[in-house]
Amino acid sequence: MEKTVNQKAWFLILPVLLLVAFSAVIPLMTVVNYSVQDTFGKNQFFWAGLEWFEEMLRSERMWDALGRQLMFSAIILVIQVPLGVFIALNMPKSGIWSSFCLVMMSLPLLIPWNVVGTIWQIFGRVDIGLLGYTLDALGISYNYTQNTFAAWVTIIVMDVWHWTSLVALLAFAGLKSIPDAYYQAAKIDQASRWAIFRYIELPKMMGVLMIAILLRFMDSFMIYTEPFVVTGGGPGNATTLLSIDLVKMALGQFDLGPAAAFSIMYYLVILLISYVFYTVMTNLDKKGG
Amino acid sequence: MAKITLNNLAHSYYPKPKVEDDFALKELNYDWADGEAYALLGSSGCGKSTLLNIISGLLHPSQGRILFDGLDVTHASTADRNIAQVFQFPVVYDTMTVRNNLAFPLKNRGEDPLYIAERVQQIGQMIGMEAELDKPANSLTADAKQKISLGRGMVREDVNALLFDEPLTVIDPHMKWELRTQLKSLHHEFGHTMIYVTHDQTEALTFADKVAVMYDGRVVQIGTPQELFERPQHTFVGYFIGSPGMNVISADITGKVANVHGTSLALNRGYKDLNGKVEIGVRPEFVSLTEGDGLPVNVRRVEDVGRHKIVRADLFGNEINILVGEGVEVSPDMNRVTFDPQHVNVYVNDWLEAGEVA
Repeated sequence: MEKTVNQKAWFLILPVLLLVAFSAVIPLMTVVNYSVQDTFGKNQFFWAGLEWFEEMLRSERMWDALGRQLMFSAIILVIQVPLGVFIALNMPKSGIWSSFCLVMMSLPLLIPWNVVGTIWQIFGRVDIGLLGYTLDALGISYNYTQNTFAAWVTIIVMDVWHWTSLVALLAFAGLKSIPDAYYQAAKIDQASRWAIFRYIELPKMMGVLMIAILLRFMDSFMIYTEPFVVTGGGPGNATTLLSIDLVKMALGQFDLGPAAAFSIMYYLVILLISYVFYTVMTNLDKKGG
Repeated sequence: MAKITLNNLAHSYYPKPKVEDDFALKELNYDWADGEAYALLGSSGCGKSTLLNIISGLLHPSQGRILFDGLDVTHASTADRNIAQVFQFPVVYDTMTVRNNLAFPLKNRGEDPLYIAERVQQIGQMIGMEAELDKPANSLTADAKQKISLGRGMVREDVNALLFDEPLTVIDPHMKWELRTQLKSLHHEFGHTMIYVTHDQTEALTFADKVAVMYDGRVVQIGTPQELFERPQHTFVGYFIGSPGMNVISADITGKVANVHGTSLALNRGYKDLNGKVEIGVRPEFVSLTEGDGLPVNVRRVEDVGRHKIVRADLFGNEINILVGEGVEVSPDMNRVTFDPQHVNVYVNDWLEAGEVA
């Protein structure tokens, strides 16, 4: 069959092109634009080249924030993934209790970020918060506004509370898709509970777990609202994660150039890590978990 | 290896079954002889998988007992019964190599590593996968995976019984033949009691010493392929086995004469006082198309299947199939049929009536 050449067909992709331009390309290019210029106000801009990028790469502040960010994401992944899988394994597989568990677990996922932040901000307060007050009454020193460790524990526990359900729900979906014959075969082969998990459940869950890990990584790496509401990045800079620092720089100090350079590098880091995750995991999948 | 006795066995998926229709498996008493190969044959939903799962212990029956060599195992777990089962769809442990898949049941039972290595090699050879033993199991085709499942089922030598639940569904036709033959030779070699569930009559008849035909939750007949062919105990057996199945024609019977729509037919046996739905059953193999006397038919079409011709005809508004030898010409004047009285069976309410030889 001969191909029909009709250049007017380009018009058909115009709507998509416009949509993507306005939703992604133009905003991104504005940031790129800021990152290579400097301004002294009055809407006058001067060419700055890669100066901001060089400055940000030398900035101890950014490296510190990146370090804290990586630590935060690593900790929540290490807690949420096994915990989510554990919950999924122990959930009722069918019947009314199964539905009940699913609904209960979905609830935290439906709460807006800043509300979650506010809940935990109040919950952890030593004067009026149930958690803070109780711990204080038990003689445990806990004050997330002054103690770095307490602040970290608070934001991590909050994130675990908010998002473990997502991992659990995805893992549960993976578990539900395993045909009964596998469990029956395992029974006949006298496989131990651990062997069933290791050789049947885990490999079959791998696909959805990958998605869960990727989602949780990206989300946690970009987290802003909840820790901002609870600790505001403090005490000091102890919980100033990347996006909190970025907002401080861009809106607090109005350093648009460095902030834009920062944003672009931030974006590239997320892209890079997600890509690495994805490649490693798909390779694992090909080799069979 | 063991004799398996089913004693008053029945199963319902309802917690409190009331009427007989609530039972997926109706009451059953049978001894599965040690070392025989059985097939459970029936259409989908007839209860054959239910029966198999009860024997393997994956399902506990609502009533009755199961005995292995006289020992009550009704409440014993699958592992304690020491049986092996192969499922309809391949079950392989994805992350293991073929070798480890085959070794898994032996390792779990703490067998000696040397013995395991030797036995796995042997089974690998048996299923024709020696070359693939060190490949990861999930890189293989569905055929090969099912061969692994079969191999894993056979790896233990001391099993009481080997159960197969439509194991060749996903296998290519030419492989089916090969695997079935292999299973059969394994059976001869090791003498395991084997129970093979299928809805394919060819599979059942070629594999098994005895075939149990199931219909609507009931085992309607257990017998050798020949018995099923010649004396079907139930019209369903006649209809289900054979290609095409048995012709079932309603008739009035008095003594040794059957009356089909006004035409009398002589029978081999005498029957007395038949009440209910009376029918005669005759296989297409024993119907002859003639120009002379007999029941009038309208020939609708003739299908030549190579070895013979199948004549589809109309007998008083009901379909009748007739098998005609390859050499025989079907002429337009052949519009009557006669039955071989030796092979005419009489059914009352779908069940075979023995009759009396007089």
